[in-house]
Amino acid sequence: MKTGTLKQILLITDGCSNQGEDPIAMAALAKEQGITVNVIGVMERDEIDEKGITEIEGIAMSGGGVSQVVYAKQLSHTVQMVTRKAMTQTLQGVVNRELQHILGGEKTVEDLPPDQRGEVMEVVDELGETAELEVLVLVDTSASMKHKLPTVKESLFDLSLSLNARSGENRFSVFVFPGKKKEVEKLLDWSPNLGSLTSIFSKLTTGGITPTGPAIREALTYFKKKRSLRSLLSRDDESFFEESV
Amino acid sequence: MMMNHSLKSQFKINQGTVIEGKWHHNRYTIVKELGYGANGIVYLAQCRNQQVALKMSDNGMSITSEVNVLKSFAKVQGDCLGPSLLDVDDWIYKQGQISFYVMEYIQGPDLLSFIQQKGPSWIEVVILQLLNNLHRLHQNGWVFGDLKPDNLIVTGPPPRIRCIDVGGTTIQGRAIKEFTEFFDRGYWGLGTRKADPGYDLFAVAMILINIAYPKRFNKTSGDLKQLIFMVRQKKELQKYEGVILNALQGKYHSAEEMRNSLLQLNQARPQSKATNRAPNSNQNQARTNRIVVSRQTHLKKKKRGGFLETFFIFLIISLLYIFYIYGQLV
Ligand SMILES: Nc1ncnc2c1ncn2[C@@H]1O[C@H](COP(=O)(O)OP(=O)(O)OP(=O)(O)O)[C@@H](O)[C@H]1O
Ligand SMILES: [Mg+2]
Repeated sequence: MKTGTLKQILLITDGCSNQGEDPIAMAALAKEQGITVNVIGVMERDEIDEKGITEIEGIAMSGGGVSQVVYAKQLSHTVQMVTRKAMTQTLQGVVNRELQHILGGEKTVEDLPPDQRGEVMEVVDELGETAELEVLVLVDTSASMKHKLPTVKESLFDLSLSLNARSGENRFSVFVFPGKKKEVEKLLDWSPNLGSLTSIFSKLTTGGITPTGPAIREALTYFKKKRSLRSLLSRDDESFFEESV
Repeated sequence: MMMNHSLKSQFKINQGTVIEGKWHHNRYTIVKELGYGANGIVYLAQCRNQQVALKMSDNGMSITSEVNVLKSFAKVQGDCLGPSLLDVDDWIYKQGQISFYVMEYIQGPDLLSFIQQKGPSWIEVVILQLLNNLHRLHQNGWVFGDLKPDNLIVTGPPPRIRCIDVGGTTIQGRAIKEFTEFFDRGYWGLGTRKADPGYDLFAVAMILINIAYPKRFNKTSGDLKQLIFMVRQKKELQKYEGVILNALQGKYHSAEEMRNSLLQLNQARPQSKATNRAPNSNQNQARTNRIVVSRQTHLKKKKRGGFLETFFIFLIISLLYIFYIYGQLV
């Protein structure tokens, strides 16, 4: 069994968006394009913000992903856990659809007797180990995040450490919002590890607004650009073919 | 973390609640909660006069995954790999359905409480037992993964260490499924998160450190230097310093090797006791160095063996070549 590349957006934020499109709608848009949105809310010990949490959960839910609210100290462990969990969730979805093909109807793993679930889980495990993965990390750098950024950086290292222990290929890219001129700014282009992040991260300036929705929308085009580039190439091939005929 | 809390609040299963499986129809009466963690809640339950441990999780996948590991353990002789698996089922309750599995109840304190109760003379015994268990586990192609004192129960009498919670147990060569930062070599910048025996052995070294620092400690420089500093700070770790350092640096290739190295420590002791009873840090230092050195010479020997081998192969090939040329000329 084969899966295409798993595509994820990992949003790291500490609160409410306050500009542009509704981030929950943008996350739903991502899901429609086969991109999962996971959200990690980084909180201060005394700043549990109900409204922020509701938004964080809402984004992950409509983005088909996983969310978790944590204190900065637990960030590393959470980032890798959420990413892995979302992967498994997506793969389980793929396997479930496959099962429906075989068994017919709306059957899922949970409808199988427990003794038969094991083999399905082995397939999911195997895919989780070997699937290609693209993670676009979207970091909120609004003013309130400033002193959490070193922890964020560390957690991203940790993430690539975890994912690079798999045999499947990984590609990461990192974006921050708000950017200097635009709403979103690219920090790191698609790369197999996050090692090159150190120098860039320390130069980050933080801004006041939190345009979460626009940031997600922009991130989507980044996945799409690659795809359309590929389709552009293949279209070129076709036209070349037509011409030569 | 959030997930457990939601599961925990949603799930206040009272004492006396009967959980009947949807598929196998076994009935389990809940006695009390044994503990909970990232993956679910474990209850002590009663089934036909037998005490069992029942693990429940709102994440059915993690239940299935752990059951897979326990099933594979069951094929191996003996019970040192993990609790034996008794049943897997779903429970239908008012709001929905939840997956659970039932395993052998392993009675006893966790490793840290046990050492606190019984005293430090037990440290070596349980670590040796643990290395034995790990060796069997590794031989069967697994790595335990989430190795920490909370997941080690000392049953008995006579005291015997058992591993519980196979949530992190991973097939060798894959990415570790689950870990706890303090015991993870990746966290300390001392290796990858790919499952190999050395991953567990690193955790064993951290367990020894954890015994001396029951509250653990935070990463400062977060490297080998910090760990060495912390080890040297504690008298009770002096004896193990050499073994701990080797394990932290991934120098042991098998649990058996680490176990032997720990056993050797004891054989060297009577002599040093005869010359000087008081623990002397210098002397201990020397002993540690000796261990490291002896290991290096061992490696060197191996290398020399390799060199000889290459030399012979070279010689033979040259001879063959000479014969060939000679044959061509004649
Ligand atoms: N077979 C058993 N016999 C006795 N006690 C058990 C057994 N299994 C689990 N427990 C108790 O329940 C606690 C939680 O179980 P377990 O570690 O399996 O949960 P978890 O959700 O996987 O936790 P973790 O956060 O460590 O991954 C254990 O620390 C232990 O005290
Ligand atoms: Mg546990």
